[in-house]
Amino acid sequence: MLINPVVEYYSDLAYGTALVLYLIAMVLHAVEYSVGRVPVTTAAARVAVEGNGAVATLAPPDSEALRGKPERVGRSAVALTGLAVLVHAGSLALRGAAIGRVPWANMYEFISAICCVAVGCWLIALYRQRSAATLLRRLGVFVLLPVVVLMFLGGTVLYARAAPLIPSLNSYWITIHVSAAITATGILLVSGVASALYLVGAPAGSRIAARLPDITTLDRMAYRTAVVAFPIWTFAIMAGAIWAEAAWGHYWGWDPKETCALVAWVVYAGYLHARATAGWRGSPAAWINVVGFAVMLFNLFFVNIVVAGLHSYAGL
Amino acid sequence: MNRLAQLTALARNTWRGLTSMRTALALLFLLALGALPGALLPQYSLNAQRVRTYQAQHPILAPVLDRLGFFEVFASPWFAAIYLLLFISLVGCVVPRSIDYARQLRRAPVATPRNLARLPHHAVGQTASTPAEVIVAARRRLRGWRIAEGEEPGGVRTLSAERGYLREAGNLVFHVALLGLLVSFAIGKLIGYEGQVIVLANGSQFCNSGSLAYDSFRPGRSVDGTALTPFCVQVNAFRPTYLPTGAPEDYRAAITYQGPDDIAPGTWHPYLLKVNDPLRIGGTRVYLLGHGYAPQFTVTFPDGQQRSAVVQWPPVELGTMLSEGTTKFDPPGITDDATRRTGQLAITGLFAPTATFRGSLLSSAFPDMLDPAVAVDVLKGDLGNNSGRGQSIFSIDQSMVDSGRLKQVARQNLRPGEQLTLPDRTVVHFDGVTRFVSLQVSYDPTQLWVLGFAMLILGGLGLSLIVKRRRLWVRVTAAELAGTVVELGGLARTEAAGYGEEFERIAADLLPPGRAQPPVPTVASKAVISKDGR
Ligand code: HEM
Repeated sequence: MLINPVVEYYSDLAYGTALVLYLIAMVLHAVEYSVGRVPVTTAAARVAVEGNGAVATLAPPDSEALRGKPERVGRSAVALTGLAVLVHAGSLALRGAAIGRVPWANMYEFISAICCVAVGCWLIALYRQRSAATLLRRLGVFVLLPVVVLMFLGGTVLYARAAPLIPSLNSYWITIHVSAAITATGILLVSGVASALYLVGAPAGSRIAARLPDITTLDRMAYRTAVVAFPIWTFAIMAGAIWAEAAWGHYWGWDPKETCALVAWVVYAGYLHARATAGWRGSPAAWINVVGFAVMLFNLFFVNIVVAGLHSYAGL
Repeated sequence: MNRLAQLTALARNTWRGLTSMRTALALLFLLALGALPGALLPQYSLNAQRVRTYQAQHPILAPVLDRLGFFEVFASPWFAAIYLLLFISLVGCVVPRSIDYARQLRRAPVATPRNLARLPHHAVGQTASTPAEVIVAARRRLRGWRIAEGEEPGGVRTLSAERGYLREAGNLVFHVALLGLLVSFAIGKLIGYEGQVIVLANGSQFCNSGSLAYDSFRPGRSVDGTALTPFCVQVNAFRPTYLPTGAPEDYRAAITYQGPDDIAPGTWHPYLLKVNDPLRIGGTRVYLLGHGYAPQFTVTFPDGQQRSAVVQWPPVELGTMLSEGTTKFDPPGITDDATRRTGQLAITGLFAPTATFRGSLLSSAFPDMLDPAVAVDVLKGDLGNNSGRGQSIFSIDQSMVDSGRLKQVARQNLRPGEQLTLPDRTVVHFDGVTRFVSLQVSYDPTQLWVLGFAMLILGGLGLSLIVKRRRLWVRVTAAELAGTVVELGGLARTEAAGYGEEFERIAADLLPPGRAQPPVPTVASKAVISKDGR
């Protein structure tokens, strides 16, 4: 399979463009975040939104008082993010076209795809809760920050030229297994950010908390995204096991990446259980979710780079 | 209290403690924590060589870790203990819940609470219809819900409805399937086996006649390595293709095989064995795991006798397939052991499939066999392979060299067809190179069970996360003047997300718009303060 260097070049260009656009969008979000007025989250209002989905009839956070310049800045940040994610998806598509295979067989491509999913998930979450968009937009900085950092690392340290698949990866399972892993990881990134902010916002009276959406919104967002991602992650592990059965001679061999994936799975299972266990809701659950994502990151970076396993040929 | 009562109380408390959600959570985390060293430290089962390297690098820490089983975490008793406790905890969790669920399925939905306004979702309105008509309409609207009708004093009629029982079913399926998966996995480990063997790709054969046929064999605890599925594989050729960069593109081995029923009639079936695509013979699978080169040498001894040998030299550099190994010869026709052990030969050195030389130093430029060459040391003397210790076929016993009983007698680079002559006029001829493949044979009859349970896990998980368990109550009261007052209350029994909208839709269907009845506003969902609210 020949590689088309021109198409590869345009893919890289799109990657860089998307990164810059994310960066600008992040700055715009930051402007709105720091200049925009703090929404009235009195204790009563905060308490009132607890525990159920029906926020619509409460004093709408999107009231006139909040409109204005910062609002416009925030909206353009979202629009820019939308544009960036399209360019980003284009970069992945071009990469795939340049090589004639799925564009996720090394860490650079893998990270790029994860970030694309994460931003897409963030935009969907924003759209689905558009009634509270002004409030939720305050998360923009915090969602885009890890994306920008990851993409920067991906585009520099971890960058790899397009190359065909080595024989052991050349299987349709790479489409199934890795795309599921990417989707789950991207969504869990958003979930992890929401839980991390929950932990920042949970101590009453903190100044950062006053500018964040109320913790219930954060908690719900973290939970909903995790609930979507968990079955996908489960599927990713199972697809990996089925692939391993065909490739390595056994469906489960305690390879470091398998083991770490299972550990993350167990932690997320713990998170979902904790959300349903009295005394574990709230902060403990949020901690578990954050730890879960830490394990995912650990699996992505440390296990790929430092620990040698059967997965390590996935390449840097 | 007598001892028996004490004991049963202890047992009961232990059981309760073990099967509580908290314990399950703690055990889950313990499992995660326990698995981590298995991912971070080298493991015997994965790569014993790396364990030894690690031990050499950490002379103080390693023995402690070794004693704690940290180099074979997944076979260690403490990991098994966590696994077992989690298993018990799961059983303890699932059994009572299944019984409870079976009861719930037979029981009618909960009676209508007195004060519907205190529920998280609440709506009230007045219609011109009669109470009976409202009840009929509500029943029609709530098709698919489990419904019970009730009456209250004063002719007030109520409906209790509940929906989403599948959630609990999904949850139970998930947990039971998890149990099933754990059991199948354990059984597979018990009765399965894995063996690895190197076969020359020149028409050589491997037959699954017993564990001794393998270079390495890892049996399950109840496998003794004698009653293996009989089959034979003959490797006729191995063909790798590479990109110009040297990156491998494709590996395939042309083989023929005989299944258990073919051995007696002697039929062979052709098969193209590829990476990611094992040969499946009944429940036994044959994998192409790796490949390499086996140089062939012919030694002509001073008395004119010839001996040839082809021994695999394993690759030391995977990118270029530079390989390293040893080929050993016994002098022919010598019965006296002492004499024999002064004339043994070892040809050790490097093999490069595409040779490049820096000075006379051999290295490989490309993994495919374009321009093969060997750089060999020939040693003569006592190989030490009678000393009773097992010896690797890949290397010589360094202690024999150190003690001077094995001496280097020649060093030279050879291309196929070239030869060298030792001082005693023995001639070592490099005939050429044969490729070898390394095969793995795996047997695990439970893996389809595992797959089945895995699919149930996924399905159960999907149900239990998607379906929402929710309740709805309707109270219908004849209004004082005319018409009917309809009051609705709703409660999501699980994660509330999303019930608000559905409740509002039902309320909008059952209550006529714009007929508000103070003091409660129109169709409105009201938030409730959850227990952990701040
Ligand atoms: C039980 C078996 C397996 C499990 C549990 C598993 C788990 C995972 C996980 C969790 C990831 C996400 C990665 C990350 O965070 O870096 C991943 C990625 C990947 N897996 Fe697997 N996997 C399994 C089997 C396989 C097999 C058999 C192959 C191929 C022969 C494979 C190839 C890959 C590749 C290419 C990636 C993405 C690349 C990368 O990490 O850069 N996996 N796997």
